[in-house]
Amino acid sequence: MQILLPVFIIGGLGLIFGFGLAYASKKFEVKVDERVSLIRDVLPGANCAACGQTGCDAFAEAVVAGVAEVNGCPVGGAAVAEKVANIMGKSAEKFEAKVARVMCGGSSKTCRSKYSYSGIEDCAAAASLYGGPSSCTYGCVGMGNCVRACPFGAIVIEDGLAKVIATKCTGCTKCVAACPKKIIEMVPVTSEYTVRCSSFDSGKVVRQNCDVGCIGCGRCAKVCPHNAIKMENNLAKINPALCQNCGECAKVCPTKAIELFLCGTLNKESAAV
Amino acid sequence: MRELLSLMLGAILVENFVLAKFLGICPFLGVSKKLDTALGMSGAVIFVMTVASAFTWAVNNFILVRYGLEYLQTIAFILVIAALVQFIETVLKKLVPSLYKALGIYLPLITTNCAVLGVALLNVQREYNFGEAVLYSFGAGLGFTLALVLFAGVRERLENCDIPESLKGMPITLIAASLVSLAFFGFQGLFQ
Repeated sequence: MQILLPVFIIGGLGLIFGFGLAYASKKFEVKVDERVSLIRDVLPGANCAACGQTGCDAFAEAVVAGVAEVNGCPVGGAAVAEKVANIMGKSAEKFEAKVARVMCGGSSKTCRSKYSYSGIEDCAAAASLYGGPSSCTYGCVGMGNCVRACPFGAIVIEDGLAKVIATKCTGCTKCVAACPKKIIEMVPVTSEYTVRCSSFDSGKVVRQNCDVGCIGCGRCAKVCPHNAIKMENNLAKINPALCQNCGECAKVCPTKAIELFLCGTLNKESAAV
Repeated sequence: MRELLSLMLGAILVENFVLAKFLGICPFLGVSKKLDTALGMSGAVIFVMTVASAFTWAVNNFILVRYGLEYLQTIAFILVIAALVQFIETVLKKLVPSLYKALGIYLPLITTNCAVLGVALLNVQREYNFGEAVLYSFGAGLGFTLALVLFAGVRERLENCDIPESLKGMPITLIAASLVSLAFFGFQGLFQ
């Protein structure tokens, strides 16, 4: 009896808890939609969060819940959008792929320097010292925060200027978030012309600082046949929705700040024509 | 009232579970790398400690003591805590999904946490009544939180330090932990 009592009590406790848990798991069962795992399987799985969700799992749940669009994954592009749409039984709407573009042309050759920097290799750290070593306070610092942020190795630093290799860019927007100067923007792949400058300075100051900056002369805005260019704060801005890639703006730009990106990569020869 | 307050403050500072009693060292070193994971773990520990101490107190006094089976406390408490955590997880998943997501992986990890078992056993050893036991456990959870948050701050600083090659990683973390622990020994004898 002395041995049996503890055996019964501990065994009984275990049994009660076991049945309790079994009952609870039935009673509080959470049904998981099988479409979630199906969608999860066709996603790229980089968990880059470019869709605005916390990761691929969260995106799959959001699609099933109807919160996110079937074409919400910018990395997967049209192919993934179609697969997700098939699972959801919807038709994929037109998927507009976007690539990152650095809105600055101020390399160490074209942009003058203010002082020589020898601190840690970090754009934010360098930028906090008088706005960075480059004489233009708006431009690329060139310490490569975007390069380190890019999960796909699509950004390189050339002559102290970040460049996006468009064929590798998946449009995950990690670099946009990493840049302390906020000069990386997402542009549709089809848009061929971009103003490679982010300076709000007046034309005179831009001239002093940089050879290829936008001086805000407004000639591109006047010449554009589609009214796609607007002048804002001494800076020309091309609206990709209106731009027809005719290239008139690049022809008249006195500093060649508007440059041609073919297939998303910089093509200087064509821009000079 | 004053006694209860000093009981709780004593659990937080003097008898800090991590830094003075050296219980729950695994999560202390494991999840103190970042402040937000430290807070997630701490929240789960406070929650489970408080609830588990209430249940283990009841199991001890109504079942074990009655049949003279106090020597089975350890195994019975492990059973109770494990079942309880599992139950809470199931219920939270259904009823409070946001809290379930916030606690995340930390909730099941706590099942076998020695700090939780330790507080249940201490409650029995010291013959606390129900209110005291729950309050002491809550204080112990808060103390765990304090230790984890403090240490997360220390570790975030260590990241930016120039540490000798041979001390990088775990060694310097353990040295730092011992220093923080030494600091907490200054509270010894504060609440008697």
